[in-house]
Amino acid sequence: MSETIKNFLYLNRRAPYGTIYAWESLEVVLIGAAFDQDVSLAFLDDGVFQLTKGQDTAAVGMKNFSPTYAALGDYEVKKVYIEKESLEERGLSLDDLQHLTWEDEDDDYAEKDSIHLVTRAEMAAIMDGADVVFSF
Amino acid sequence: MSTLHTVNKSPFEKTSLTTCLGHLSAGAAVLLLEDGVYAALTQTSVEGQVKGALDSVKVYALGPDLQARGLSEERVIPGISVVDYAGFVDLAAEHDKVQAWL
Amino acid sequence: MPIEVEGKTFETDEEGYLANINDWEPGVATVMSKEDDLELTDEHWDIINYLREYYEEYQIAPAVRVLTKAVGKKFGKDKGNSKYLYGLFPYGPAKQACRYAGLPKPTGCV
Repeated sequence: MSETIKNFLYLNRRAPYGTIYAWESLEVVLIGAAFDQDVSLAFLDDGVFQLTKGQDTAAVGMKNFSPTYAALGDYEVKKVYIEKESLEERGLSLDDLQHLTWEDEDDDYAEKDSIHLVTRAEMAAIMDGADVVFSF
Repeated sequence: MSTLHTVNKSPFEKTSLTTCLGHLSAGAAVLLLEDGVYAALTQTSVEGQVKGALDSVKVYALGPDLQARGLSEERVIPGISVVDYAGFVDLAAEHDKVQAWL
Repeated sequence: MPIEVEGKTFETDEEGYLANINDWEPGVATVMSKEDDLELTDEHWDIINYLREYYEEYQIAPAVRVLTKAVGKKFGKDKGNSKYLYGLFPYGPAKQACRYAGLPKPTGCV
């Protein structure tokens, strides 16, 4: 492909279920990932709640889309940034979140971590370095 | 006049909870639901506010919304009562009116 | 158009995908394939069953590219290509295999 590969950053700042933003973002990421672009996801503010473990929506009658995040590795999404300050303000730590991985085909399908805990300052630099930022 | 106040917005994103807590009269109760349930968690930046409210009013959180968000009851601030949908209906019936903070 | 499987009726959407994924049973795939004049072999069932497992785990139908890669890993490199998958499902793995498996149309598949 002769087109330049751009670096897309998806910013997730909303909690799941209360609004449609989280699911919409995930759908757009999955569609976008089919076009051979360099995709990263950032979770900050209430967006960190999207990745909590143990979500069970049976009683509220909505689709539980938390298992879908684990498919991101299959879609070549290997960089997921979580903002440390956002977790702390919400009484959360990385242990409360899903463990996301991707398989490295060139390394005998070794499972590698997708999640990177970053500070607010580091997040600012990640945003600055992106060619395109999609905000949800 | 006793009022049941409901808050369905995240306390980290909207001022609904803060404004609600600042406008409570005697006999009021607060029900946290949908994204409002995040205010029920311990060790958050709004925990102090919620604990302060517990000194004078009853605070409830809707269980199905906690479960949907992966929040176990052990994480809920002691003193907050977790209720199901039937409990929500009872609360609405017990109070003279329901005021929703959107 | 609802489809009939051994006396039972299954609702479908306007494109022929099953309305409710939980209604699915193997007979659905058999009936749908007959309408397409296709005889289902073990190789077809491998893909159909794999798609159902994928949906069960991730709650989405995989994109064709993702499916192709996964099939190569699970059933052998010689099968991990679109030629193999289109050989089995001439209308395309998404439009045909997902439909037989009772899954919704894959996200991003137009």
